[in-house]
Amino acid sequence: MHIVVCIKQVPDSAQIRVHPVTNTIMRQGVPTIINPYDLFALEEALRLRDKLGGKVTVLTMGPPMADESLRKALGFGADAAVLLTDRFFAGSDTLATSFALSTAIAKLHAQEPVSVVFTGKQTIDGDTAQVGPGIAQRLGLNQLTYVSAIRSVDAENRSIVVERRAEGGVQVLKTGLPCLITMLEGTNTIRRGSMDDMFRAARASLTVWNAKDAGVEDMAMCGLKGSPTVVKKVFAPQPRKEKAVQVATEGKSPAEIAQATLETLFAANPKLEGDLLKLSAAS
Amino acid sequence: MAEHFDAIVVGAGMAGNAATYTLAKAGLNVLQIERGEYPGSKNVQGAILYANAVEALIPDFREDAPLERHVIEQRMWILDDRSYVGTHFRSENFNEEKPNRYTIIRAQFDKWLNKQAKDAGAMVICETTVLELLKDETGKVIGVRCDRDNGEVYADVVVLCDGVNALVGQRSGIRQEVAPEHAALAVKEMHFLPREVINERFNIADNEGVVIEILGTVTSGMLGTGFLYTNGESIALGIGCIVSDFVEKKINPAHLLEKLKAHPSIAPLIRGSEVKEYAAHLIPEGGFKGVPELSGDGWVICGDAAHFVNAAHREGSNLALTSGRIAAENIVALKKAGKPMSAENLKLYNQALEESFVLKDLKKYKDLPDTLWRNKQFVTTYPELLAQAAERFLRVDGVDKLTKEKEIARSFRKARGVLGLVGDAVKVARAWR
Amino acid sequence: MSNPKTPAAAPAGGRGAAKKELPERFQSYKNVWVFIEMERGKVHSVSWELLGEGRKLADKLGVELAAVIMGPPGEGITHAINDSWAYGADLAYVIADPLLTDYRNQTFTKGLNDLVNTHQPEILLLGASTLGRDLAGSLATTLKTGLTADCTELAIDDDRCLAATRPTFGGTLLCTIYTLNFRPQMATVRPRVMAMPERTEGRSGRVIEFPLNMAEENIITKVLDFLPDVTSDKVNLAYADVVVAGGLGLGSPANFKLVTDLAEVLGADYGGSRPTIQKGWLPADRQIGQTGKTIRPKLYIAAGISGAIQHRVGVEGADMILAINADPNATIFEFAHYGIVGDALQILPALTAAFRERLGKLRMAS
Ligand SMILES: Cc1cc2nc3c(=O)[nH]c(=O)nc-3n(C[C@H](O)[C@H](O)[C@H](O)COP(=O)(O)OP(=O)(O)OC[C@H]3O[C@@H](n4cnc5c(N)ncnc54)[C@H](O)[C@@H]3O)c2cc1C
Ligand SMILES: Cc1cc2nc3c(=O)[nH]c(=O)nc-3n(C[C@H](O)[C@H](O)[C@H](O)COP(=O)(O)OP(=O)(O)OC[C@H]3O[C@@H](n4cnc5c(N)ncnc54)[C@H](O)[C@@H]3O)c2cc1C
Ligand SMILES: Nc1ncnc2c1ncn2[C@@H]1O[C@H](COP(=O)(O)O)[C@@H](O)[C@H]1O
Repeated sequence: MHIVVCIKQVPDSAQIRVHPVTNTIMRQGVPTIINPYDLFALEEALRLRDKLGGKVTVLTMGPPMADESLRKALGFGADAAVLLTDRFFAGSDTLATSFALSTAIAKLHAQEPVSVVFTGKQTIDGDTAQVGPGIAQRLGLNQLTYVSAIRSVDAENRSIVVERRAEGGVQVLKTGLPCLITMLEGTNTIRRGSMDDMFRAARASLTVWNAKDAGVEDMAMCGLKGSPTVVKKVFAPQPRKEKAVQVATEGKSPAEIAQATLETLFAANPKLEGDLLKLSAAS
Repeated sequence: MAEHFDAIVVGAGMAGNAATYTLAKAGLNVLQIERGEYPGSKNVQGAILYANAVEALIPDFREDAPLERHVIEQRMWILDDRSYVGTHFRSENFNEEKPNRYTIIRAQFDKWLNKQAKDAGAMVICETTVLELLKDETGKVIGVRCDRDNGEVYADVVVLCDGVNALVGQRSGIRQEVAPEHAALAVKEMHFLPREVINERFNIADNEGVVIEILGTVTSGMLGTGFLYTNGESIALGIGCIVSDFVEKKINPAHLLEKLKAHPSIAPLIRGSEVKEYAAHLIPEGGFKGVPELSGDGWVICGDAAHFVNAAHREGSNLALTSGRIAAENIVALKKAGKPMSAENLKLYNQALEESFVLKDLKKYKDLPDTLWRNKQFVTTYPELLAQAAERFLRVDGVDKLTKEKEIARSFRKARGVLGLVGDAVKVARAWR
Repeated sequence: MSNPKTPAAAPAGGRGAAKKELPERFQSYKNVWVFIEMERGKVHSVSWELLGEGRKLADKLGVELAAVIMGPPGEGITHAINDSWAYGADLAYVIADPLLTDYRNQTFTKGLNDLVNTHQPEILLLGASTLGRDLAGSLATTLKTGLTADCTELAIDDDRCLAATRPTFGGTLLCTIYTLNFRPQMATVRPRVMAMPERTEGRSGRVIEFPLNMAEENIITKVLDFLPDVTSDKVNLAYADVVVAGGLGLGSPANFKLVTDLAEVLGADYGGSRPTIQKGWLPADRQIGQTGKTIRPKLYIAAGISGAIQHRVGVEGADMILAINADPNATIFEFAHYGIVGDALQILPALTAAFRERLGKLRMAS
């Protein structure tokens, strides 16, 4: 069974800084990581492969240095890696991204039929959760988002049963292969590859495709040109005009401070007292 | 089948990268194993890079290495709780074509240097910790064991560059634990500020940098120093003291740094900055007396793991780079000559180090760490006296200057006694000699 | 697997041209639509929040506001239609079909896609729930239009375009995104980010029915089962009127008792900042903030929380924020309404006692 996992290299957002004057992202020295949500997809793919045989191909679209994350994925145990990189891809929004990725997946499929495409639930930089469904739509794959568990795969009859997180409960869905799965977080833990995996990853030669190699015919579908959305403005959140009114604490006991706080809150919002009374009575 | 290499280098810090690069460039089949997520991810340094040690490896490194600023001004501040007395040395001569000292961010520099090693043909494996050395029945080191399945890897020689804790060597019985009075614990923060703000606050142009070395009461009576270095868009601020002092005084290093940050001479320099990294790291400060056995049957040890830090001049990275390079050069020579990596043959490394500045400098200052450690007045009494003296002298208050001088002299005598003063001077002179 | 479908030709200057050049075929697109999310007969309240927001956009544009209701024929749909009038809709597009009993991507994408192509809205809003995100992502692809996810603010600019503002780069910045040359302009909004509108009883509007035109044999995905959450009724943090939360400043999981004690006295729900969840002090559904729950309580009490931007965006909708923090310079004081500089471990129990006494007295009096 051939499984494709889409992973994205993202800046570690915990370490992103914003220039206080120009409001631009200071990327210098911000380490990049594999989008953490994608690791759940990768592990699930590796488990499927271990169970059913076949191979896992990891795919990413990004700048040349995104090869780091592909190599990392190989170190976790993936079998092959494809880097999609081209200046034509720069500035892609989700529609253009899903176009590029689905074109490449179609090419991989032509080389070796793909049964399942995995993506993460969402990225931590784009945060849209749209790329997975976009790929599914374009390739006509059965779409399974927010999957929390794969119950069974019937390779012979080409069907799959999964649990999907829905509002207020879990749907148990059965659908046909090929399908696209966006994997929910916390569903598994990425394995630690063996020393052999690390050697294989270090020696592997990655497949690098530009837009043409991937099979893109119309460059206007890619990157900024292929993106219907336009980012017009980027700005820092405005601080509230007034700062918090501080309850005086100097030389007071906690009980006195608490008392003063109650007076302040109730004076500011006379209705609050009644609301609280109702709530506390109800509970 | 288990893999076999000409050499395995443990660690991708300064020493490890220098060794790996040198080995790979000479055509050896070398494996480098790093515990961090990527080379440099765990490495903490002030950080000043001395150019000549890198030049010895890569002469034109300035062309694409990630360098923050070259240092044009060196300040030495002695603080008491409210003031500082200090010296500044700034020179246009430091704006030379090939500057001698740079500030760097280790995470970036190490990654870059490692890439040179990889490009030279080394295999680098990260997120993998070496647990111990593998030995044959004669005790010869034949490889390493890592914390992954099938983690045994073999080589003719293992180059230990695993930094100050040197756990691999300790676990494998080739060196002792670092003594608490021979290591300083340094805590450091990165304060991010726009480039223009840094330029303005330190009165420098875009690529020019300032270093401030800080002594005095900020160490709360412990032996240690603080530092402030300007990077491109950040300021590295830190303080380090001898571990045994921390233990004895029960002082929390984080609080020490808070105190330094709040000092009226430091606070304005970092005001408004965004703090992104807090890191704590050991520095080997025992000097020559802390240096272990440097090589043996199938192994050599370099950099911090070999205790190669010159605390008096705050040099470490250059000793690491140089020792890593020298180790590799000697391994290459043995390999080319078809000689085995035996204890006797690897003594070549020890000899080459004796002839280099690495061991010469460490020997020169061999008594300094102990002298200072036993005489805390250098970090407690003197800074306050100096600050008081300077203030008394500068304040114009109708008291004549001669009287002031006498008062100042009296205050020094009172605090340390005449013999104490003379003794202190002699102690420092001896240790420094 | 088919080849990727090629979208319609791009207008001059590329699809994303920074200037509005709306092609001829989109000129007829009009009205603001809100997708009413109904799962198992119940409407998700995010849909009403969106109707409230959609009303403002429609008024600004001088167009009608439509509710799009899809589900199996029956009472559920009738209720949804009536509620839509109460929350401000002028018209309702209804696709009632037994095939829509359970949410499935294929049926809903097909139905909504056909409806959009036929009745041509200029703006289409969906909740950023699991259902809404699943549907919006595929619909935007079949329609080849722009979709802005997780918006925190929606407005109409001078060019009559939708200005959709959302957090970016992990919440450190906000950005405003436009879909200038394609229609509809799509956006999703997370539950509780927009305020719940007031109901206006007695309003009504036109109902326009639309067929699904599908047969079960042609739908590949089957719903085998639905396992309702056991806890879903218990944790309703997003909708609580009063919330008490703790952060790392509480120091240990045991100290969370001080938070739950206060919450109990106030009849409040409780939660925590992300690190408290990551450390396992609290379960994941108690996380408040950008990657957790957005809350809009009347009163929010935050103890030992520094007020990072990712936390802030989840609580800013609160009417009143009281922050307790030991550090007078903590960021949280920049957006809290009231602040207590002090040790939460002492202040929290004191507050609990004071509220208990006060509310007890009031209860006696009434
Ligand atoms: C706060 C501070 C400020 C400093 N300032 C300066 C300065 O201004 N100028 C200067 O020249 N020097 C300075 N130094 C000293 C300098 O940083 C060190 O001397 C130098 O980094 C030593 O290099 P190294 O390669 O020996 O060790 P390190 O740089 O520590 O590298 C060791 C590497 O080995 C890896 N490792 C450890 N154990 C294992 C294992 N078991 N398996 C695999 N990998 C392992 C580590 O992750 C690390 O990457 C400073 C040090 C500190 C802490
Ligand atoms: C992509 C991304 C998404 C994120 N999403 C979220 C999210 O959804 N929700 C979220 O909360 N965070 C989120 N975060 C994390 C966020 O950036 C902060 O790290 C986090 O909110 C900090 O939690 P904290 O305030 O509990 O801890 P800290 O920042 O450590 O603050 C603790 C506070 O407690 C105070 N304190 C200490 N002791 C006491 C005492 N005894 N009494 C009173 N006060 C005391 C301290 O002064 C300090 O202000 C996200 C981060 C990223 C990068
Ligand atoms: N540039 C990319 N390369 C590969 N996969 C991607 C890329 N962008 C997004 N994805 C995949 O799509 C998922 C959802 O991304 P997003 O829509 O950006 O939240 C991610 O978890 C990835 O699996």
